Amino acid sequence: MSIIKEHDVVPFRNRVKEYAVKIGMSLLNQTKLITGASELVRNMLKYGGGGTVKIEVLSRTRDSGIRLTFEDKGPGIPDVKKAMLDGFTTGNSMGLGLPGTKRLMNEFDIQSEVGKGTTITIIKWKNG
Amino acid sequence: MKNESIKIFQKKKAAILEKWLTLQLEEDGLREDLMSNADLRIQSEELLSSLIDNLSDSNIDQPQSSDFETVIEILSSISISRAKQGYTPRETGSFIYSLKEALLKTLSEEMKDPAALYKQSMTINKTMDSFAIATFETFIKGREEVILRQTDEITEISTPVIQVWDGIVALPIIGTLDSARTQVVMENLLQAIVETESRIAILDISGVPAVDSLVAQHLIKTVSATRLMGAECIISGIRPEIAQTVVHLGIDLSHIITKSTLESALKTSFAMLNLDVTKKQKPKTQHTIN
Repeated sequence: MSIIKEHDVVPFRNRVKEYAVKIGMSLLNQTKLITGASELVRNMLKYGGGGTVKIEVLSRTRDSGIRLTFEDKGPGIPDVKKAMLDGFTTGNSMGLGLPGTKRLMNEFDIQSEVGKGTTITIIKWKNG
Repeated sequence: MKNESIKIFQKKKAAILEKWLTLQLEEDGLREDLMSNADLRIQSEELLSSLIDNLSDSNIDQPQSSDFETVIEILSSISISRAKQGYTPRETGSFIYSLKEALLKTLSEEMKDPAALYKQSMTINKTMDSFAIATFETFIKGREEVILRQTDEITEISTPVIQVWDGIVALPIIGTLDSARTQVVMENLLQAIVETESRIAILDISGVPAVDSLVAQHLIKTVSATRLMGAECIISGIRPEIAQTVVHLGIDLSHIITKSTLESALKTSFAMLNLDVTKKQKPKTQHTIN
């Protein structure tokens, strides 16, 4: 689904929650997933000027999970390593969004190219 | 080839209008409580004239053509005003679909050759359907405007500040905390502190679905502002899963007094104000039954 304005954040979070409930994720992991998703969606709105999010349900042996792919066509991140450090921010925020989300998720992948945009993929397993 | 159906439409305009109005009046969805028949007639006539006037050989099968801009404009204004008046999509849709029906009926009465009739009907069908889609699009847009306005209203009303005790105010936050909302919350809270001369403010976040770094930042700002006013701020209603998530995110809330329930926040406030709330000892009374 596409995220263009701040009003899209709440419906998006509810959608993620729906999927998480559907695969039977525990309340703790649900909250972690939703919080992480909400961090990235806010980043996308603030720095990337909006973009699209893909929600996918994954399954592997005896476990299932949710993969979210955030894609924007914004300015990109010049120094990804620096952006992943706690407390680094170019906006006026706490600088915890990216590193914090990484800690909340099972898998975290970031691809960013200056001038082209940023793609972040996160996976949260049901029992992870 | 001069398009036959256009000629028929131009000739039979008055008859089409009558047919269309009859169809609309027959419709169950007619809302006489929302619009009088006279108004309906004016709306219908305006739309039909602009449609027939703009119809030409080149554009009859091209509803996207710029010639139809006025038609679309009239349709949009009608459906937006209907969305705001509380019409259902069916009632709005039947307005344009009954026009299609009237047009097709007229065609079938006037044209004798079945093959030509079929061809013309398909063209009209396609064009009118595209108008119907445009109607729905604007109808939904109209509804969305209503929803957006309601969202704004909810933000305004959903931040009540409650004075729970002499010197203690509480503010339950329900829903998502975004920047606009935090501003309202902060203003209301600080204003209430001044008005009630409170020394302690309790922010209850039991109703906040998720605390991410932005929400946390807003909370920290609110707490700092409260402290500047000389009051102490307690955040209550932190659920176990929220606590874990906040820790994993790496947000430092240790310099803020936080409690898991509103009750314990209230207890702490009583202690801070040196209040002692105890259960009244019931005087032992002996019931004697005579």
